[in-house]
Amino acid sequence: MTTRIDRRFAALKDEGRAALVTFTMAGDPDYHCALAILKALPQAGADVIELGMPFTDPMADGPAIQAAGLRALHAGQNMEKTLGLVREFRAGDAATPLVLMGYYNPIYIYGVERFLADAKSAGVDGLIVVDLPPEEDAELCLPALKAGLNFIRLATPTTDDKRLPVVLKNTSGFVYYVSITGITGAAAPDTSKVAEAVKRIKRHTELPVCVGFGVRTAEHARAIAQGADGIVVGSALVEAVRKSLGADGRHTPATVAAVADLVRTLAAGVRGARHSAVRAARARNP
Amino acid sequence: MTVLQLNSFRAGPDEHGHFGIYGGRFVAETLMPLILELEKAYGQAKIDPEFQKEMDRYLTHYVGRPSPLYFAERLTAYCGGAKIYLKREELNHTGAHKVNNVLGQILLARRTGKKRIIAETGAGMHGVATATLCARFGLECIVYMGSVDVERQKANVFRMNMLGAKVVPVESGSKTLKDAMNEALRDWVTNVESTYYCIGTIAGPHPYPMMVRDFQSIIGRETREQMLAAEGRLPDSLIACIGGGSNAMGLFHPFLDERQIEIFGVEAAGRGLDSGMHAASIAGGRPGVLHGNRTYLLMNADGQINEAHSISAGLDYPGIGPEHAWLGDVGRVTFLSATDDEALDAFQLLSRLEGIIPALEPAHAIAKVLDLAPQRPKDHLMVVNLSGRGDKDLATVAHHLESKAR
Ligand SMILES: Cc1ncc(COP(=O)(O)O)c(C=O)c1O
Repeated sequence: MTTRIDRRFAALKDEGRAALVTFTMAGDPDYHCALAILKALPQAGADVIELGMPFTDPMADGPAIQAAGLRALHAGQNMEKTLGLVREFRAGDAATPLVLMGYYNPIYIYGVERFLADAKSAGVDGLIVVDLPPEEDAELCLPALKAGLNFIRLATPTTDDKRLPVVLKNTSGFVYYVSITGITGAAAPDTSKVAEAVKRIKRHTELPVCVGFGVRTAEHARAIAQGADGIVVGSALVEAVRKSLGADGRHTPATVAAVADLVRTLAAGVRGARHSAVRAARARNP
Repeated sequence: MTVLQLNSFRAGPDEHGHFGIYGGRFVAETLMPLILELEKAYGQAKIDPEFQKEMDRYLTHYVGRPSPLYFAERLTAYCGGAKIYLKREELNHTGAHKVNNVLGQILLARRTGKKRIIAETGAGMHGVATATLCARFGLECIVYMGSVDVERQKANVFRMNMLGAKVVPVESGSKTLKDAMNEALRDWVTNVESTYYCIGTIAGPHPYPMMVRDFQSIIGRETREQMLAAEGRLPDSLIACIGGGSNAMGLFHPFLDERQIEIFGVEAAGRGLDSGMHAASIAGGRPGVLHGNRTYLLMNADGQINEAHSISAGLDYPGIGPEHAWLGDVGRVTFLSATDDEALDAFQLLSRLEGIIPALEPAHAIAKVLDLAPQRPKDHLMVVNLSGRGDKDLATVAHHLESKAR
C-alpha cells in the first residue's frame, strides 16, 4: 500500500532533491494561528509536515519545543482540536503528507483505537511517537500499520548496526535520523558524521532517511540535504513563532509570515543542495 | 506479555519489565540501547558473589546496617491497640532509606565504567545519598532538583554542595520532582556515553523499578529476621509512605507472599483528595504512561500530567512505581492517604512521644498508624517504615505551624 508519504518521496526522488520536513506545534500560539501557519507551509516550500501534539512532559525536547507545547496547552489545545486542525488543513490540501509527532500518553488516554480511526479520517498519514521504541510495538505501532498509517521511527547515534534492524522492522514512510545524542534544538550536528550515519542506515533500508535535531539555517539545511533524503526543522520554526508574538504572548500579524519566510529560506537551501551536489559531481567528472 | 506466575506476588516483572499491564520501557530510542545494557549489567552483578560481598561490606561499615527494628512503646500506649514497631531507616548514613539503593547503583555504575552520575531529587534525600557515594568513590555528580524544592529543602542543597555535587535548579513545569526527572532524562539522552542515571525510586523504565526494589528489599529482609528474633513470629501488618514507592516496596516485597499480612501504602492527600491539590495517584489518578513506564498518574481528560501537591517534597510526584500499581489492582496492597495536616500532627506527635523527629514523608505513614493501630488487638504486630529523619523539614514545619497559629 502506498501512502501520501511514499508518493511524495518518490516524486522528490524523480526531481532529484531532498525533502524539507517542517515541525510546528498544533495550537501554538492558538488554534486559528496554528491553522494559518499549517496552510502557509506547503506554499512556502514544506514538502512534508510534522505537527506536534502538545504534551506537558516532553522528555526528549529542548526548551523551545517545550515552550511551544505549553503555549498551545495554555491556549486550550487538546487531542480533539489537534485532529480538527488536521481535518481543516486536509480540506484544502490533498497532497502534502502530514505526520503527527508527540508522546504516547495523550494518545493512550484518547484511546488507541479511537485515535487511529479519527486520525485516519482526519487525513493524518503517519505517526512519530518519541517514547514508543520497538520494544513497545504492540501498543500503537502494529495497530497503526494495520489502520493504514505510517509509523516513522527515530534512529539515533546510539542505534548500532546490531539494533538497526530491530528499529527498522516495523518502520514505514521514512526513517527519522536523530543527528545528535540529545534533545531537540540542541547543538548543531557535524555534517560529515551525519552523512556517514545516513549511509550506514541506508545499508539496512530502502526507506528515505530524513535528518533532524539541530538543523536551523539554510546553509545547514543545504549541507545536510546533500547526503540525506530530507531534513527536519523544528526548534527554529517554533522559535520564529515565539519571537513574533506580542508582549501579551498572543499572535501578531507578523506570526504566520515569520514562519513562512523562514520556511522559504530553508526550502531554498534544501533545493540548492542537490544542484550543488550535481555541479560538484560534474566538476569531478567533466 | 507473559503472564506472571499466579502462585506468587514476587515473580514480577516479566522479561519486558511488565507487572501486569504496568511498567515497560517507554523511552526515546537514544536511551533504549543503554537501558538494555543496564539490564544486562545488573543481571550479571546480581548473581556475582563479589558484587554482593562488596554491597554487604559497605552496607555494614558505611551505611550502618542493619537498621534497628524498634518497639515504639509510648506510641503503642498512645494508640491503645496494635504493638507498633518502627523500622529505623532514618538512622542510616545520610538519614534515609535512599542510600540502600544509591549504593547498589553506584557500585553498578563503577562496574560499567561510568564516571559521571546524574540524579533527580525531590526532598533532597536521594540527591544527598547520591552526592555522598559519588564523593566516596570520586565520581562527578549532578543533581536535578525543581526550583520549588531547592527553596523548601535548602539544608539538603547545602549538604549536596558540601559533598561536591552540582545542584541544577529546574525551572520547567511545576518545578518539582516530576520536572527534575524530565531534566535528568534530557541530560541522559545528551550524555549517553559518559553518564549513569541513578534513579531514586522504583519508577522509570525497566529495569529500574525491579533493580531499585531489589536494593531496597534489604529493609524487609532485615525486618523479617528482627521480628522473628523479637517476637518469634512475623508481623501482622506493614505500613509505609509512598512517593514513587521505594521505601514501601523495600519493606513490603519480602512479605508479599505471606497473604495473612496486611499491607498498607500511604499516599500524600495534600490539602485533601477533593481539593485537587494532592499527590495521591492511586486514589486520584488512572493508568497512563510517563517517565518510561505505565502506571497510575494524575492527569486531566486529555492525558496532560497534572501537578502534584504535598507538604512533603519527597511525595510530591504525580505517579507511583508500576509494581505498586499492579499490587493495588490485584488487591495485595491497600492504599490509603494522609493530608498535609495529618502529617504535620503525626510529625509533632512522634517527636514528643518517642524522641524521634521523622521526615514529613514517613509522618504520612505514622498518621495512618494513628487510625489503624487502635482498631487492631494488642497482640497485633505492626511495622512502620520510618524512612527518613526530619532535620531537612524543620523550616517547612516551623513555617506551617506559624501560619496556622496566625
Ligand atoms: C525520607 C523519605 N521517605 C520517603 C520518600 C519517598 O520516596 P519513596 O516512595 O521512593 O520511598 C522520600 C523521597 O524523597 C524520602 O526522602
